[in-house]
Amino acid sequence: MIASLPAVPLQPAMNPWVASAMIAAVVLASTTGEVLTAAAMKSIGDLDIIRAHSGLKGAIRAVLNCPLFFAGVFFLALAFFALLFALNHLNLSLVGPASASLTLVTNAIAGKIFLKENVDRRRWASAVLVCVGVYLLAH
Amino acid sequence: MGNPLHPKPTSPDCIKLNDRMSEHSLSPRQYMILGLVAISAPLGDSCLARGMAAMPTIAFAHPGSLIAAVFTPWIALGIALLIGFFASYLTALSWADLTFVLPATAFGYVIIALLARFWLNETISIERWAGIALITLGVGFVAHGPSRTVPVAPEVHEDTEREVEAR
Repeated sequence: MIASLPAVPLQPAMNPWVASAMIAAVVLASTTGEVLTAAAMKSIGDLDIIRAHSGLKGAIRAVLNCPLFFAGVFFLALAFFALLFALNHLNLSLVGPASASLTLVTNAIAGKIFLKENVDRRRWASAVLVCVGVYLLAH
Repeated sequence: MGNPLHPKPTSPDCIKLNDRMSEHSLSPRQYMILGLVAISAPLGDSCLARGMAAMPTIAFAHPGSLIAAVFTPWIALGIALLIGFFASYLTALSWADLTFVLPATAFGYVIIALLARFWLNETISIERWAGIALITLGVGFVAHGPSRTVPVAPEVHEDTEREVEAR
């Protein structure tokens, strides 16, 4: 009876476009989260100084009073679940290095555009070197 | 003692340097926080992976077993490390650029790979050695540069005024 059932592959071959879209979703959500979190921390100011003035509680309060921080955490959580979803369909050896290394480059672009950071040749070079390095190391 | 990240531009040379929009000079404490970010993320991930691998398969029908997983030693340690990572990451972002913090902390991958090689005696392939070399080179690049972009007076305002005059 069971043997007569048509064989259904457990993991059907993934359409490369769907796989790319899954990785893109992780990278997009994580970049948005990182940029929002960085913007939040920049608007709060040096946490070490805040902690020196008003203690650890004061520093935590300063972070928790910033709405941008929660927007950032929301997108970082979204990136985490997108990663879990992608891992359910794709191999860790593809999703892990691809998302980790691509995020470095998208963050350099987003940092320049949205955070107005001075991404000079030195930072571009290091983003690309680390991106390729992380891919080679994690693959 | 003033904050080393925000030196007051006292000499014309200093102002000229700040015109490059960036500044550099981290205190040993700030290097320590960057090191914590680099180490705690991959270590925390490894603890989570080790803890989850030891767990029986968790079905979607029984999400309660995920909560039980939180209290196993490896996963609890992993979560503690990741909380430490997030706290030090936020601190680093409060005094350095995102495009400085991310590549600089990628050095953690290298440390984990070297620990695996010399402590756990795992073999590292040529590709991985190449990856280690590239990350080290990239981190060296970014770490020698400025850590923070200093906001400068926006020039856009003048342009718009000129545009208004032209109209």
